[in-house]
Amino acid sequence: MPLDRPVTRQKATDAGLQVIDLQASGLCKRFGKAAPVFSGVGFSIRQGDCVALVGANGTGKSTLLRCCLGLIAPDAGRVSLLGVTMADLGSAARRELRSRTGLVAQKHNLVPRLSVLSNVIHGLLGRHSGPRYWVQGLAPAGARAAAMTALEKVGLADLALRRADQLSGGQSQRVAIARALVCNPRFLVADEPCASLDPQAGEEVMALFMALVKREGVTVLFTSHNVQHALSFGDRILGLQGGRIAIDAPSAEVTALEMAKLYG
Amino acid sequence: MDSPARSLPHRFNRPGGLSFVSYVIVALVILWSLEGAGWSLDRLLSSPPKLADFFSRAWPPSTHNLDRLAWKMVETLQIAVAGAAIGIVLSLPIALLAARGVLVGRGVNLAVRVILGFIRAVPDLAWALVFVVAVGLGPFAGMLAIAIDTIGFCGRFFADDMENTDPGPAEALTATGARRIDIAASPVIPAALPAFVSTSLFGLEKAVRSSTILGLVGAGGIGIELKVGFDLFDYPTALTVILMIAVVVIGVEQIGAVLRHKIIGPGR
Repeated sequence: MPLDRPVTRQKATDAGLQVIDLQASGLCKRFGKAAPVFSGVGFSIRQGDCVALVGANGTGKSTLLRCCLGLIAPDAGRVSLLGVTMADLGSAARRELRSRTGLVAQKHNLVPRLSVLSNVIHGLLGRHSGPRYWVQGLAPAGARAAAMTALEKVGLADLALRRADQLSGGQSQRVAIARALVCNPRFLVADEPCASLDPQAGEEVMALFMALVKREGVTVLFTSHNVQHALSFGDRILGLQGGRIAIDAPSAEVTALEMAKLYG
Repeated sequence: MDSPARSLPHRFNRPGGLSFVSYVIVALVILWSLEGAGWSLDRLLSSPPKLADFFSRAWPPSTHNLDRLAWKMVETLQIAVAGAAIGIVLSLPIALLAARGVLVGRGVNLAVRVILGFIRAVPDLAWALVFVVAVGLGPFAGMLAIAIDTIGFCGRFFADDMENTDPGPAEALTATGARRIDIAASPVIPAALPAFVSTSLFGLEKAVRSSTILGLVGAGGIGIELKVGFDLFDYPTALTVILMIAVVVIGVEQIGAVLRHKIIGPGR
C-alpha cells in the first residue's frame, strides 16, 4: 500500500548552520518514451551525514544516485554537489569536482586481470593522470603507500599483489571500498554495496564501510534493500515511491509500518 | 498408451506470408548467382579425369629446388610476421579512436570505422598491387600490404573488444574524476587484453595465409614460385609449393589455437 502523503521530518536543530554537500531539486528522469522513473525529486544532504535511499525495485534509486554524481544527466532539475551546480560545469571542472567524490557499486567493478594494489591506485586517477597511475609497478612511491594504507584499513594489505579475479566476493568489495577511499573523498555514493554478497559477508562489509566513512567524516548516500542496514547505518532515510520522495526523515523516527508501505 | 487429453502441438510452424516471400527471394538470388558464376554440371562431372591427370603429372612433388623454396617460405613467414606485428601495434591507437564511448566522440568513432571498413573491403592482393606500384616489387610491398590488411582486421575487432568490456570499472573511475585516456588505459585495455591476444593470433594466421599468395603479384614470398610452376607446366614444383603452404598454414593455425587456449582458456 503506498504512503498517503510524504513523511518529512527534519531536525529543527542547527540545520541552517550546517554545510550542505548535496542539494537536489526538481529532478526528473525518463528513459525513452516511458513514464518518468522519478520526477520532482528534491532533497539535501548535510556534510558528514550518512543517508540511506530506499525503495522497491525499479523506483529509480540507482538512476538517482548517478544523477547526483553527474554520471547520468537528469531531464529536469538541478544538482548542487559540494556547493557546485553540476549543470554549469565544463568537463575539466566536472572532473575536478568528481575527484572529491567516489562510487561503490553493487558489483565491485575491479579490473579482474590487474593486482589488488593496481586497482586501488586507480582510485587516485581523479587527482593524478598518466601512465604512472595505470599499474602499480609504475606508480610513484607516494601513491603505492596511500594505496597500501587504504588496503590496511580494509584488512587486505597482505593481498596487495594478488590478482583481483582471485578474490572472494567480500574481499573484492573491500578492495572496491579501498579504491573509493584512497583519494580521501568528501562525498561517497554506494549503490547496494552488499547486494552481491552472502548475508554474513554483507554484514561485515557494510559495518566496515560505515565505520571507515564515519571515522573519516565522509558524507555518504547509499542504497540498500536491507531495511535493517538502512535503519541502523543511515542517519536519515530517503524513501522513493512512485517516482517521488515518500519518506525523508531521521532513521530513528521512521516506523516499520512506513518502511513496509514503501515496499507495499 | 492412453490417448492424449489434448491434441499434440504442431511440429513446425507454417511460415507467414512475409517469411515465405523471403525464402523464395533468397532461393532466386542463389539460383541467379549460380547462373552468373557459370554453373555447369557437365563441366563439373568432366573435371575428375582432368584433376587426376594433373595429379599424375604433379606426383611425386619435386625436391629439386627444396632449398630455394624453403628460403622463399621463410621469407613468406617474415613478411607475415613483420606485417602483422606492425599492423597489430598500429591497430591499438586506431581502435581507441574507433571504439564507441572509450576515448573520443561519436563523429570520430564513425569516421575511423568507415576508414577501417574501406581497408577491409579492399582485398589483400589489391593492397599488394598498390604497394608494388608505391615501393616497387619485392617483400617490402608485401609486408606493407599485410600491415594495412591487419589494421583493417585488428582495428575493427580491437574496437569491438573494448566496447564489450564491463562498463562498471570505467564508471567507478569516472565517478572519481579520471580522464578518458586514463580510463581507457586502466580498466578498459587490461580487461580487453585477452580478446586482443586472441584477435592478434587470428590476425597472424590471416597474415600467413595472405602472404603465401602475395607473390602472384610480385609482392614477395613463395607465391611467385607457385605462379612460375603453373606457368611453366612444372606441376611437381607447384605441388611442392602447395604442400609447403598447407603445412605452414595448418602449423601456424595449430600453434595459434594452443597459444589462445593457454593464454585465455577455451572460450575463444
